[in-house]
Amino acid sequence: MGRGGATTFQQDLRNSDCIVIMGSNMAECHPVGFQWVMEAKQRGAKVIHIDPRFTRTSAVADVHVPVRAGSDIVFLGAVVNHILANGREFREYVEAYTNASAIIDPGFRDTEDLDGLFSGWDPDRRIYDTATWQYEGLDVLPAAAHAEGAAVGEAHGQGSSLHGGRPPSVDPTLQHPRCVFQLLRRHFARYTPERVEEVCGVPRDMFLEVAEALCANSGRERTSAFCYAVGWTQHSVGVQYIRTAAIIQLLLGNVGRPGGGILALRGHASIQGSTDIPTLYNILPGYLSMPHAGGGAQTLAGYVERTSAPGGFWGHSDSYIVSLLKAWWGPAATAGNDFCFDYLPRITGDHSTYQTALDMADGKVAGFFVIGENPAVGSANGKLHRQALAKLDWLVVRDFCEIETASFWYDAPEIETGELRTQEIATEVFFLPAATHTEKDGSFTNTQRLLQWHHAAVEPEGDCRSDLWFYFHLGRVIRDKLAASPLERDRPVLDLTWDYPTSGPRAEPDAEAVLREINGWGPDGAALSSYTELRADGSTACGCWIYCGCFAQENNQTARRRPGQDQHWVAPEWGWAWPANRRILYNRASADPQGRPWSERKRYVWWDGDQGRWSGFDVPDFKVDMAPDYVPPDGATAEDALRGDEPFVMQADGRGWLFVPNGLVDGPLPVHYEPHESPCANPLYAQQANPARQRPRHRHNPFNPASEGRGEARAFPYVMTTYRLTEHHTAGGMSRTVAYLSELQPEMFCEVSPELAAERQLVHGGWATIVSTRTAIEARVMVTRRVAPLRVGGRIVHQVGLPYHWGQRGLSTGDSANDLFPVALDPNVHIQEVKAATCDIRPGRRPRGPALVALVEDYRRRAGEAPDPGADGGRA
Amino acid sequence: MNEHGPRVGFFTDTSVCIGCKACEVACKEWNGVPEDGLDFRATSYDNTGMLGANSWRHVAFVEQARPVPSGDGGGSGVRWLMSSDVCKHCTRAACLDVCPTGALFRSEFGTVVVQADVCNGCGYCVPACPFGVIDQRKDDGRAWKCTFCYDRLGAGLEPACAQACPTDSIQFGPLDELRARAARRVSRLQEQGTAEARLYGHDQGDGVGGAGAFFLLLDDPEVYGLPPDPVVTTRDLAGMWRAAAAAALSLAAGVAAVFAGSRR
Repeated sequence: MGRGGATTFQQDLRNSDCIVIMGSNMAECHPVGFQWVMEAKQRGAKVIHIDPRFTRTSAVADVHVPVRAGSDIVFLGAVVNHILANGREFREYVEAYTNASAIIDPGFRDTEDLDGLFSGWDPDRRIYDTATWQYEGLDVLPAAAHAEGAAVGEAHGQGSSLHGGRPPSVDPTLQHPRCVFQLLRRHFARYTPERVEEVCGVPRDMFLEVAEALCANSGRERTSAFCYAVGWTQHSVGVQYIRTAAIIQLLLGNVGRPGGGILALRGHASIQGSTDIPTLYNILPGYLSMPHAGGGAQTLAGYVERTSAPGGFWGHSDSYIVSLLKAWWGPAATAGNDFCFDYLPRITGDHSTYQTALDMADGKVAGFFVIGENPAVGSANGKLHRQALAKLDWLVVRDFCEIETASFWYDAPEIETGELRTQEIATEVFFLPAATHTEKDGSFTNTQRLLQWHHAAVEPEGDCRSDLWFYFHLGRVIRDKLAASPLERDRPVLDLTWDYPTSGPRAEPDAEAVLREINGWGPDGAALSSYTELRADGSTACGCWIYCGCFAQENNQTARRRPGQDQHWVAPEWGWAWPANRRILYNRASADPQGRPWSERKRYVWWDGDQGRWSGFDVPDFKVDMAPDYVPPDGATAEDALRGDEPFVMQADGRGWLFVPNGLVDGPLPVHYEPHESPCANPLYAQQANPARQRPRHRHNPFNPASEGRGEARAFPYVMTTYRLTEHHTAGGMSRTVAYLSELQPEMFCEVSPELAAERQLVHGGWATIVSTRTAIEARVMVTRRVAPLRVGGRIVHQVGLPYHWGQRGLSTGDSANDLFPVALDPNVHIQEVKAATCDIRPGRRPRGPALVALVEDYRRRAGEAPDPGADGGRA
Repeated sequence: MNEHGPRVGFFTDTSVCIGCKACEVACKEWNGVPEDGLDFRATSYDNTGMLGANSWRHVAFVEQARPVPSGDGGGSGVRWLMSSDVCKHCTRAACLDVCPTGALFRSEFGTVVVQADVCNGCGYCVPACPFGVIDQRKDDGRAWKCTFCYDRLGAGLEPACAQACPTDSIQFGPLDELRARAARRVSRLQEQGTAEARLYGHDQGDGVGGAGAFFLLLDDPEVYGLPPDPVVTTRDLAGMWRAAAAAALSLAAGVAAVFAGSRR
């Protein structure tokens, strides 16, 4: 749809008529936001929870649907098929607001034709050439340019339409065999209720109840919402899970409307913020792409050409990038030197977190900073990470306490087994205590793109310092040391504007000064109010274009806390949401093409003909004075190139994309692939797993056999999946040290069905050992009917539930579930597949010391899969 | 007490409880209640076990097997009940009756509070409670339980547990209002098909004269670990004292008669 954030906000869930929570355990992981689900339920909404386990969310849902982990696209695809086969789509919405009518290149071949592959697959390089996925007749960039990005698995977090434009050929009747609507029908035809029963283990009737609930609660008068979290993303085909939901919501007309949308629930504070102003290697603030070393974007002009779109707000990418460069390099950035565009680093390949860990394990990385993360517990294949940390020259960990990532050199599980020896680890570890959010000023950007300011309540104790203090003074010291450097390579550091005011005995930088720089200022130095004020001539500076306006009128808009009951329900004066304080994105779609609300009940933003502007409860996500009947003249650019009835303003064609011609590396339409490790063969296609998935072969990253058809897969007959509990926080650094939380969930446990317990002689309250080719861990046994055995493809599949909070440190200790999982990644965003893999489970505690390694070796031999000692971290 | 305003209470609507335990943590944070042991109990997600000196809120988790309804496709054969338990702040509070020091008192809000600086650790209140709520702390011997956040009430705030509850399962307010609201809620749930919804502790005619903290339950009280028919343990105390006095008088009369007789 075009932006890297939830399309709606949690408070709006109260307006939903049906809420589907899937890939999320919202009540446990977002208990505060869940109040609006409960409010919707009390108003009569139907709440549906689809999840492998019956959780605290299921407990208060109207319907719980147990599903096999890793089979969601079959379920969702069958909903798409149900809508299309029964004519349940919101026809006017689909015709007017989606790309259903676009005609696709005649060279396109679907997975229907190629048994699980799309056209363009290069089996040697394991990447797609996306040339045949394009709109027919549209000039596309040369294949090489796509491959440049695709080779390292790039996908833009936002603005998937960086290239392209309006489809030259359309069929408004949606009958053309190559129009998106017909391609969709054909593609999803095999996703039937029978397939759902066979692949997901969900009875047909239960599936139909959900599909009908969605259809019955969508349309002019009603809306349905989807909520998801990492239960969807953490798969080797994770991005396509979300795509399938996007297709459903576009077909049902639920995007841009109150009570509709797709709510991406973020895992903890400011995770949304950490992609907006990224901690990722491949994007710049505001989802601008990072330039590549080998591509054609070596000049600012070349970069702008590649990042701007002929229509929509990406038509101004030159203003966004130039303003960013001005914010960073100030007076040194001039038109004459391309505004210091050369100072930006260039990507040379995949530098995502897992590739970096693999490189580290091979001795290719000298130093490593770990902040707000505990990879020794929180990342897939903990052993790989700990082995990698042991190969560093130096490691800096900033956290509240000495987490497992900082202490690995003396208490990692590998020390006990003898795989690591303290005296042989040369890594110099610097542990730096961090201030908590109550000890520093700053902002969070949370789930619904909402920036909320927090004020320091107390001074941090002892040596604890804020992150802002740390980076500012680190930068200051580095600049001092380089001050006399004559080297050209040091200019990017020396020319930075690094002049934030500081105060107090610790010289704490002023966090609001940073926020103001992010907001940006104009030629007169005054804070800007909107990204529409940004210019490409160097007269404006802005640290993150989508955040422009958060410091409008020289006021910290993110610090607003007007109570909800003192304003209307959208509560625009509670914090500040990007972009431009909009709470529902693409809200132009809440009105019909003529600008009238689809219904009185679902009115939100509409065209006020008398005033000649868009009006409503929210900030219109549209050019405010563009009439519904506006038709762009020849030569119009950016948002002026979109029509007055095209609400998806970030897309070059203004439409919601049912079919994605570019921006994804593993296909323009979602396809069910089995997880990288699965006990089942893919019954839908010959292609077993996502062909484009990343599966780095490395001696520390062995894989379980993929399916029952191969080798001794019965060594790992069960599905395992990870999750969180309300009582703990992610990798435990913020909760296992707190008595009041640790006593509520004091030990690592696993959840198994009574049937699996009987099959493996597991005793409730006793101990179990869970085994994969990576390692074996132990856990207390919770036998519960909340984990149901599923009948899949004529046999019973058991699932083992594993909370992942534990490690060897803190008040509450235990083995780490993530140690069991391989590094197998989604190719678009490099996220790990920890929501579905295979394992064995046996009664009793695990062996200690070298006997643990021997146990795992024995399994590897039996499974027919061995670590590949010759692998160097490259991808198979 | 009414000169200070209406009696306040808790209405805990377990039909919207999501078992997050925010009430347990908020209570401990506000009142400085000690950690109660890191014990894995294997009783669903309940590792608190019961109310006690160091746990003034306790969320019960009850997993039940249920027949899968046929036809409509719904249901997965499981029901998971959650309920946050607390001191009932009884209208007729036995703990109060038996306390010899006056450490336990009825506050101006109609709640029952222990004053830690007055309690002498005699422990009479512990067996007196029909709900098994009040408990002695092992290290200091004194009795502890929910104070209904007496300090917060005095400052015009609601108790910490109610404030922390994200779904409004724990509702705080004047008891009369809560009773009316609860009656509406239970009938609405029953209309919507939840026939098993019922109130517990709301009836002023029950054995404790009605509780200050009452509940909407979805099953029998025993399922949640609550006594089905609690009776104030001091109910018969007056009668017992009368009987004891009569017995003592009879004894004295008999003894007197013996001595009178012996003189002969």
